[in-house]
Amino acid sequence: MSEKVPINHLRELESEAIFVIREVVAQFENPVMLFSGGKDSIVMYHLARKAFYPAKVPFPLMHIDTGHNFQETLDFRDWLVKETGVQLIVRYVQDSIDQGRVVEETGYNASRNKLQTVTLLDAIEELKIDCAMGGGRRDEEKARAKERFFSHRDEFGQWDPKNQRPELWNLFNGRKNIGEHFRVFPISNWTEMDVWQYILLENIAIPSLYFSHEREVFERDGVLYAKSPYIKMKDTEKVEKRIVRFRTIGDATCTGAIESKANSVEDIIREVAATRITERGGRADDKRSEAAMEDRKIEGYF
Amino acid sequence: MEEKTIERSYLDMELLRFTTAGSVDDGKSTLIGRLLYDSKAIFQDQLEAIERASIKKGEEYVNLALLTDGLRAEREQGITIDVAYRYFHTPKRKFIIADTPGHVQYTRNMVTGASTANAAVILVDARHGVIEQTIRHAYIASLLRIPHVIVCVNKMDLVEFKQEVFDEIQQKFHEFSSHLDLHDVRFIPISALLGDNVVERSKNMDWYQGPTLLYLLENLYISNDYNQLDARFPVQYVIRPQSTEYHDYRGYAGRMASGTFRVGDRVKVLPSGFTTTIKGIDFWTDHLDSITAPQSGTILLEDDLDVSRGCMIIPEENGIKQGQDVELMICWLGDKPMVPGGKYALKHTTNDLRCMIKEVKYKVNINTLEKDYTDKAIGMNDIACISIRTTKPLFYDSYRVNRVTGSLILIDEATNVTVGAGMII
Repeated sequence: MSEKVPINHLRELESEAIFVIREVVAQFENPVMLFSGGKDSIVMYHLARKAFYPAKVPFPLMHIDTGHNFQETLDFRDWLVKETGVQLIVRYVQDSIDQGRVVEETGYNASRNKLQTVTLLDAIEELKIDCAMGGGRRDEEKARAKERFFSHRDEFGQWDPKNQRPELWNLFNGRKNIGEHFRVFPISNWTEMDVWQYILLENIAIPSLYFSHEREVFERDGVLYAKSPYIKMKDTEKVEKRIVRFRTIGDATCTGAIESKANSVEDIIREVAATRITERGGRADDKRSEAAMEDRKIEGYF
Repeated sequence: MEEKTIERSYLDMELLRFTTAGSVDDGKSTLIGRLLYDSKAIFQDQLEAIERASIKKGEEYVNLALLTDGLRAEREQGITIDVAYRYFHTPKRKFIIADTPGHVQYTRNMVTGASTANAAVILVDARHGVIEQTIRHAYIASLLRIPHVIVCVNKMDLVEFKQEVFDEIQQKFHEFSSHLDLHDVRFIPISALLGDNVVERSKNMDWYQGPTLLYLLENLYISNDYNQLDARFPVQYVIRPQSTEYHDYRGYAGRMASGTFRVGDRVKVLPSGFTTTIKGIDFWTDHLDSITAPQSGTILLEDDLDVSRGCMIIPEENGIKQGQDVELMICWLGDKPMVPGGKYALKHTTNDLRCMIKEVKYKVNINTLEKDYTDKAIGMNDIACISIRTTKPLFYDSYRVNRVTGSLILIDEATNVTVGAGMII
């Protein structure tokens, strides 16, 4: 038998997250776990596996696919699904566009990031999902700092930041009316650093994009973007090869890269410890306005 | 001493959760801003963003409150509406701050922030001394049994850093709080604006020999904030893999609420009352010898008993209170007043049941701490002693000895909103 697990901050956060995930399964009929292939959803899924081991994870993963992914992320997603035998549901923003549910943005900063909300809400309605877990963290963004573990959404999928349920002790209230649903964020209390430390501690596999590699990039508004068929470039912008990695992985059109030589999780932790820029500092979707995240969340975003 | 690498030393840190309480203009945002800023938890792009926003609003200085006010309506009105959570760390500890507004819904929000806190930081304006708000904050800290209370006497710069002012506030606080259930109260004279005694020692107050706020937060002894005597394991979920490999596996998943269980312990399962032995404790692929609060894990029992969500595993020789008639202190959170004789849904550990409000015994005047036996109307932000009758027996401890098995929430069955925070007497 192994030694007693010491309760340091990571183990305490782990225990809390597992408790939350189990509460979801106990309180909801038809939950899913949102999975983007980024480090936060990978860690969240790892926690879910721990929560139910040796049984299988009793809910599917759901990927809202913008169609503008990095191929490395999709490959990783498919590998993980195959490796662990979890069920994966994919819903495509492209389908929402084809059905006329959303209109593709135009111009140089066009992104499908915001459009995801409609695809997500449609999927929730179609599949009668009553709870969607997400890997959002309160340290990411100021509107997210206000988020509850159990976040109630009305029949339009909307978040009402002024009318959130008080959340006391570890007593999570998931009661709702038909047609409403919940978003639950098991790793609310984790910081970017916690996520990386946990990846190191548990030896969790992550997509290669997080590690330093050579890539064709160009600079716009101080952010390095990967050259991709999904981004329309200006004549003045020039592509060059640089040694980069990604701190967050989202839609290729709004996720910035950073110049870095970090090749291992240890390197990444050292880099994160020294950085003076927030994780989402390179996310164009947050820079659209002072309240960009809040506005998207009110509409029903993750 | 063994030299640890950066990435490894982070793995060994403790977590301290604290809440901040103060009234509207006593410098709470400034204090949090100062703690985050001086501990280098504010990033350059965040600072630049609030600089831009401050200029846009026509403010003369960089408004650190913009850093903590995350909602559009908060920034527009310059007030904090709801609890927000902030994170920072020093080489010694990780911190979670429940940043609660000092505004209108003070009690409700402070209770929310206080329910999970190891410590409360209560701000007092040195110019105004102990006011009704201070009494209220101290009372809630006592009611919620926050193990450590730190009273920061702020704006010392505005009273010429005089020791008499600090001493008098300390004495006043002791006078009224002697009726309260506070065990560890510390006082620090600070200036959040100038940074005196927040992270750096003050050069202006030689007479103060105690620790800075950050030093105190880094060194409070929190290991025994969980009840370590009474083992309690509320069953959260039953794990039955239904696979060939684990055909007979039947594990009870949950989080240890208090105390420790070891393999081989004799236990009793409630409500059935059957006794058995702990056969194993699993966590992921590990087989553990023991499980201690607040760990999550899975318990395997020697005998096949009827155990499901809502059951509680306790030691055979260590009883827990049981019953359908329960007396509790309640903090009312709902917009609608409490309905005497009304029925509410109730959540207690992993148990879902219903209850009826039998009697309002008294209401607490949280400004004077007097008990009012005549006014029985309980509205939002009121605190009262009530008795309820539940549809099924509860297995509980007094909140005084166990914050997990002694707490419950009431839910309005029509709106599904959490309307009451209860602490069992």
